[in-house]
Amino acid sequence: MSNNQEKKYWKKNLKYLAILLSIWFLVSFVFGILLVDELNTIRLGGFKLGFWFAQQGAIYVFVILIFVYIKLMNKLDKEFGFNEK
Amino acid sequence: MSIQVWTWILVGITFTLYIGIAIWTRAGSTKEFYVAGGGVSPLANGLATAADWMSAASFISMAGLISFNGYDGSVYLMGWTGGYVLLALLLAPYLRKFGKFTVPDFIGDRYYSNVARSVAVFCALLVSFTYVAGQMRGVGLVFSRFLEVDINTGVIIGMVIVLFYAVLGGMKGITYTQVAQYCVLIFAFMVPAIFISIQMTGNPIPQLGFGGVDENGVYLLDKLDGLHKELGFSEYTSGSKTTLDVFLITAALMFGTAGLPHVIVRFFTVKRVVDARKSAGWALLFIAILYTTAPAIALFARTNLIETVSNQEYEKLPEWFNNWEKTGLIKFDDKNNDGRVQYVADASKNELIVDKDIMVLANPEIAGLPNWVIALVAAGALAAALSTAAGLLLVISASVSHDLIKKMINPNISEKGELIAARLSAVVAVCVAGYFGINPPDFVAATVALAFGLAAASFFPAIVLGIFSKRMNKEGAILGMTVGILLMLFYMMKFKFDWFGGGTKEDWWFGISPEGFGTVAMMANFIVSIIVSRFTPAPPKEVIEIVANIRIPSGAGEATH
Repeated sequence: MSNNQEKKYWKKNLKYLAILLSIWFLVSFVFGILLVDELNTIRLGGFKLGFWFAQQGAIYVFVILIFVYIKLMNKLDKEFGFNEK
Repeated sequence: MSIQVWTWILVGITFTLYIGIAIWTRAGSTKEFYVAGGGVSPLANGLATAADWMSAASFISMAGLISFNGYDGSVYLMGWTGGYVLLALLLAPYLRKFGKFTVPDFIGDRYYSNVARSVAVFCALLVSFTYVAGQMRGVGLVFSRFLEVDINTGVIIGMVIVLFYAVLGGMKGITYTQVAQYCVLIFAFMVPAIFISIQMTGNPIPQLGFGGVDENGVYLLDKLDGLHKELGFSEYTSGSKTTLDVFLITAALMFGTAGLPHVIVRFFTVKRVVDARKSAGWALLFIAILYTTAPAIALFARTNLIETVSNQEYEKLPEWFNNWEKTGLIKFDDKNNDGRVQYVADASKNELIVDKDIMVLANPEIAGLPNWVIALVAAGALAAALSTAAGLLLVISASVSHDLIKKMINPNISEKGELIAARLSAVVAVCVAGYFGINPPDFVAATVALAFGLAAASFFPAIVLGIFSKRMNKEGAILGMTVGILLMLFYMMKFKFDWFGGGTKEDWWFGISPEGFGTVAMMANFIVSIIVSRFTPAPPKEVIEIVANIRIPSGAGEATH
């Protein structure tokens, strides 16, 4: 494996991290905290939306984020031949 | 059968199970003792991590905290789950690739310095000891209420059990008992939640019952907001903390979670980098089951409590009220002598004080569920407390036998000698934890929440910079960790223990609570680390190669000394 390959792999990894962590920040800190009052004017069934994000929604998204990350990285590892049998 | 008989039966069965597993999986080498031989499957590791992580606080206290704080309780829900995203994306895979036994191992090698290693050992011990004392106290509390033994006897029974499987089995024993403990605790948490959700909303899934309607077609959340308004409490679905503080506390809990040594070491126990990622995913999924149910329980319990006691005649209250009054966790004082319970926000008129810790434990009784369900909750609470205590004790014993003795004091110690040292330090650690469980110093309750601030302020920046910056050197990391932890300790002591002149809420810097200050101390750590590293020599070539190596997942091999 060349040094160049390693650099490319790392760059792509960082890109994935930036995207996934932005979503992580958005659903918890933005939807659940900073914009909670604004979102609370919208209703999701029995919930106010901001409250729902803070006590339910953010957690669901966190779980999904990790599984998406696993999938993306497994694909990336294979692409660069860094996967282990 | 009575609650007590049921509790003895269920606690007896689960404890026998844990001891059986411990005998079956005892550790024969240091590698098995520290990292379970490095061959745990991702699914088993996910289950073990979830049990390791969910402590007496998650099981017993959290739903109660949310119940009394409403929206403000969200900080725990987001904080204690969001940290896993950081763990999975920023730490776990790389630390697994690095492939050592402990967190101070990584800090010491990556920063090529025994000073850095010592600072890390100090932080690991500080964080773990404050945390473990609370667990032993939780064990004692459950024993005293459900089995009516003395709280101290309860702590000692818990100590003997943990001692048995942690000392005998090390990480290997702990891992497989934690798998069993997760099953016990999640079953114990979900069964009453499902029952109560059906009772109150007709929906068996608590997460949906949370947004459900009562028998009159009113949304439960709206109903509770209404009840709160009537009694003068602040609205359940909006908070009373400032936005800045909620933001910072959530962040401190997230970064702290990602920096807790007993959670991080769990990722050393799997075979490959891929498995480390997978186990983080499984772990959060298993944790999320409890964490999305807890706020539903909080809502049900709060509504139930208010409807059962508010303005009711004291003489006609159900039996559970008296049971819990005996423990001192519910207090009723008939101030206006009308024989009724006035439960209101105004402190001068309020006649009822309910300890938040009993909401989960008393909930099945309040909802009138069968005795075996109530006993099950006791067994689940014990599983949660014991699994976390064991994980913490392992970190403490590994810090002493591996990081201090093997790596610094006596590098020539034999494999056998190190294993004996590991077991001995586990014994000492259990005794110290038990002592604090029996004689809880006031600061324990205050510091358990702050352990997260300490972990965020010390480990998180050092580890993340160690992976993501090749330029980060020992000077930067050591100074950063020192500044971070001292700043956090200072703020905590000033505002929690009244040292350094003390101070009240009004004196908080920018209105930031000590719980939220971990985020500020962490930022200080990052800034100091980065600035100092720019003005001091770059790390040696071998270290830069280590960093390049841990970024590539293949060839993780086995964890070695």
